[in-house]
Amino acid sequence: MAVSDTCREPKGPGIIETRALTRQFGEILAVDGVSLEVQPHEIFGLIGPNGAGKSTLIKMLTTLLPPSSGAARVAGYDVERQPAKVRTHIGYVPQLLSADGALTAYENLLVSARLYLVPRSEREARIASALKLMGLEDAASRLVDGFSGGMIRRLEIAQSMIHEPEILFMDEPTVGLDPVARHAVWGHVRRLRERLGTTILITTHLMDEADELCDRIGVLHAGRLEEVGSPAELKGRMGPDATLEDVFAHVTGTEITSGGSYRDVRQTRASARAHS
Amino acid sequence: MTSDRPAPAHAPIHEPAIVAPIAGYITQVYAVADAEIQKLRHDPSELLTRALQPAIWLLLFGQVMAQVRGIADGGRYLDFLAPGILAQSVLFAAIFYGIAAIWERDLGVLHRYMVSPAPRSALVLGKAGSSGVRGLSQAVIVYGLAVLMGIDVSFAPAHIAGVALFIAIGSALFSTFSLIIACIVKTRERFMGIGQVLTMPIFFASNAIYPIELMPGWLKAISSANPLTYEVDGLRTLMLTGGTTKYGLGFDYAVLIAVTAGLVAIAARMYPRLTG
Repeated sequence: MAVSDTCREPKGPGIIETRALTRQFGEILAVDGVSLEVQPHEIFGLIGPNGAGKSTLIKMLTTLLPPSSGAARVAGYDVERQPAKVRTHIGYVPQLLSADGALTAYENLLVSARLYLVPRSEREARIASALKLMGLEDAASRLVDGFSGGMIRRLEIAQSMIHEPEILFMDEPTVGLDPVARHAVWGHVRRLRERLGTTILITTHLMDEADELCDRIGVLHAGRLEEVGSPAELKGRMGPDATLEDVFAHVTGTEITSGGSYRDVRQTRASARAHS
Repeated sequence: MTSDRPAPAHAPIHEPAIVAPIAGYITQVYAVADAEIQKLRHDPSELLTRALQPAIWLLLFGQVMAQVRGIADGGRYLDFLAPGILAQSVLFAAIFYGIAAIWERDLGVLHRYMVSPAPRSALVLGKAGSSGVRGLSQAVIVYGLAVLMGIDVSFAPAHIAGVALFIAIGSALFSTFSLIIACIVKTRERFMGIGQVLTMPIFFASNAIYPIELMPGWLKAISSANPLTYEVDGLRTLMLTGGTTKYGLGFDYAVLIAVTAGLVAIAARMYPRLTG
């Protein structure tokens, strides 16, 4: 992407800034001194193998988990001291299911509109436009239980965008989706940025997803941020014909394994079942 | 850098300084409670299956125990038992909230609530409120059973309103208690074990199915510290024609409200632990 070169040298204050951000679970350093700056309107991808600390990092940035040390500012607010302020400015699509299957799509969106205090007079219009943006107009009054995996993801994005946050965090947004649904989600993510100027931080372990979607990528390995740059830059550092897979293998010393843990397998299978 | 950020499509939400926070808080409580109520509306089968338990207690246990002399100091035992069973069905329905919270955490739905700007106490109160609605639906069923069994139920509007208030507060109290337990044990397996261990003593160490006067001194002391005792006392006063209170209705309400307030404050602090 054309913007990526200009984004390499941060020009202004980042909309997400972390300084030596660290999270420890007992003896394990899940996130180890990560300093990161994400610019407004960027689509920033965090890649890394399972257990690299992607989800832990995102949980700290979304105020779900307090850091052990270091600091992070999101949308200009400190995640530890002003968590409520941070929350009003961000949207979050967790790796797990966040749409309630026992409710309809409309009801799910209504919950979000109320939680984020969208004024009552604007609620219906916002819900309608969120459904339209995600291509779910016809499914509004159906129970989410009957949705495909791709539809659920799109609904979850709609839910997390109902208050039009400056920043959207997405943890493994296309895990368990088939290629068609995956491309549809990518298209919707791009459109969000175009329409609303949203800054988007996603985690993924899919190299084609990172390559296609992200302006810049950070490679996380064993809790440390090892490389940051545009996909072209990262590949360029490796050699003329390098792929992101090569970058990944070089940094982490491993092949990409998707769905390495029991939990991942269970989740992938569950999504697959929901989709069939 | 901020200059080239597109203006948000909607202006930030500004409302009068004092009314808005309170109205907002109520909206957020309602968001959580209403989601639960809509789920019940979509699938009310849970309410019917829950009706079986009080029916069994009244029909089997009650009929046999009514033959034992001296247990209800001269009155009819079924009259004595009915309010106790009402309290019990409310307690059992409310204790289910902890495991539901763990379930929501496992799915990911809870993360969505936790990243929202809603104060954690609003989330807890929302759950407590929906528990109240469940409790009230239980009450309708127990009232129906009681009438069928010839129990002298009072339908004076003031009595009905008083009972509804007792049910709502009692449901809120025990569902919040259950939520706290869930925040401590964190897994479904452990909760299932501990849930049984906790419900039984709350039920048996109370005046629900026999008068406190029959208890040995140490058990009397425990019962007097058990909030369920005050709920049963209130229900026994208001549900039956000519019911009398042992502790005074004002005192019953005061105990229940104070305990509920304390538990909500504790739960609001502990709830985020589930997603951490």
